[in-house]
Amino acid sequence: MKVNNMKTKFVLLAAIAAALTASPVFAATESAATKWANECGGCHVAYPAKFLPAATWTKIMSGLDKHFGSDASLDAQTSKAISGYLATNAGSGKHGESPASLRISDTRWFQREHSEEMDPSIFKSPLVKSVANCGACHLGVAKGDYSERNIRIPGQGNRRNDD
Amino acid sequence: MNRNRILMLLAFFAATSANAAPAEFLKDFETQARAESAAFKGFSAERGSQFFHAKHGAEWSCASCHTDNPASVGKHAKTDKEIKPMAPSVNPERFTDAAKVEKWFKRNCGDVLNRACTALEKGDFLTYVLSVRK
Ligand code: HEC
Ligand code: HEC
Ligand code: HEC
Repeated sequence: MKVNNMKTKFVLLAAIAAALTASPVFAATESAATKWANECGGCHVAYPAKFLPAATWTKIMSGLDKHFGSDASLDAQTSKAISGYLATNAGSGKHGESPASLRISDTRWFQREHSEEMDPSIFKSPLVKSVANCGACHLGVAKGDYSERNIRIPGQGNRRNDD
Repeated sequence: MNRNRILMLLAFFAATSANAAPAEFLKDFETQARAESAAFKGFSAERGSQFFHAKHGAEWSCASCHTDNPASVGKHAKTDKEIKPMAPSVNPERFTDAAKVEKWFKRNCGDVLNRACTALEKGDFLTYVLSVRK
């Protein structure tokens, strides 16, 4: 087809753009942060990148087909984008520890934060079920808020706002 | 109709057709199921229900996370994370995105059956969840 009229050219472009936005091809331009939130937040809260160093995230991302007992595999393109996001936002300093189990919950800082004033059996209680279920106690996980202001241990009432 | 209008229409169809519907998945599974077995005689919601609720050698069934009723909100068996209902009658987003459907069949069939699901199993599963009303 020979396109020689400006208006037609514009409409053609619009047509292509509309087709692309609805197709998976266009998903490539979805931001890496959005991909991370969607793909890493499907089975559990999307654990903030700042809680593990880049080296640990790299190991996690290279073993997604056998991920803590589940298959969490991704296509190569999505995986690459998320790896980049995690590396950029990874933790350091206090949060730079790389546990052999690859679990945030096995770092020393995590254990320290969660041993004071807390009976460890709470993590196995039916109300929490798993230490990885951060959202059972941290009420702001959807916004990445893990601060002490926003915690309620299930079955124990409001722990923080009354002291 | 002038040329611009035709192009507009084309744009509209291109934009909508990229979103698949459950019926299109069923058609694809049927084609594959025929190729997998000459004895294929159609999908069954009843077989799909059995498949959904039964364990297949591993720790979990599909119902372990999607709950006994596919129209209800699910809960991840390990992490307790909420999962939106599986039945398209209550969650119209289900079975509209081919890449998503493929990805989760691969993962969940692996976790539940230690292998990929057959086209017959996928078709039975979809026929069952489509049959569930609120
Ligand atoms: C198919 C489900 C699934 C997906 C998708 C998934 N995970 Fe997980 N993940 C799990 C399960 C199951 C566990 C173990 C939870 C438990 O022990 O309670 C886990 C645990 C983890 C842990 C350890 C938590 C702890 O105990 O400190 C990290 C870190 C993690 N996942 C990161 C990720 C990242 C990054 C992604 C995205 C690339 C991702 N997960 C996607 C299922 C998934
Ligand atoms: C059983 C409830 C519970 C679970 C589950 C839980 N936490 Fe906590 N967390 C707490 C409590 C309580 C504190 C505050 C401890 C204190 O003040 O001594 C805390 C403190 C923290 C802190 C320090 C906050 C600050 O401002 O100092 C971080 C970070 C944190 N948790 C992250 C996590 C992550 C990540 C997970 C999931 C992998 C998780 N927690 C799971 C109860 C929980
Ligand atoms: C360990 C938990 C778990 C088990 C067991 C499980 N699923 Fe899922 N399933 C999920 C999660 C998490 C999602 C993605 C979250 C979402 O889409 O709401 C999902 C999504 C899906 C989807 C995507 C549908 C769509 O279009 O959005 C299909 C298909 C699916 N599961 C089929 C199955 C089948 C079949 C089984 C049994 C063989 C099964 N699942 C067992 C957790 C599970």
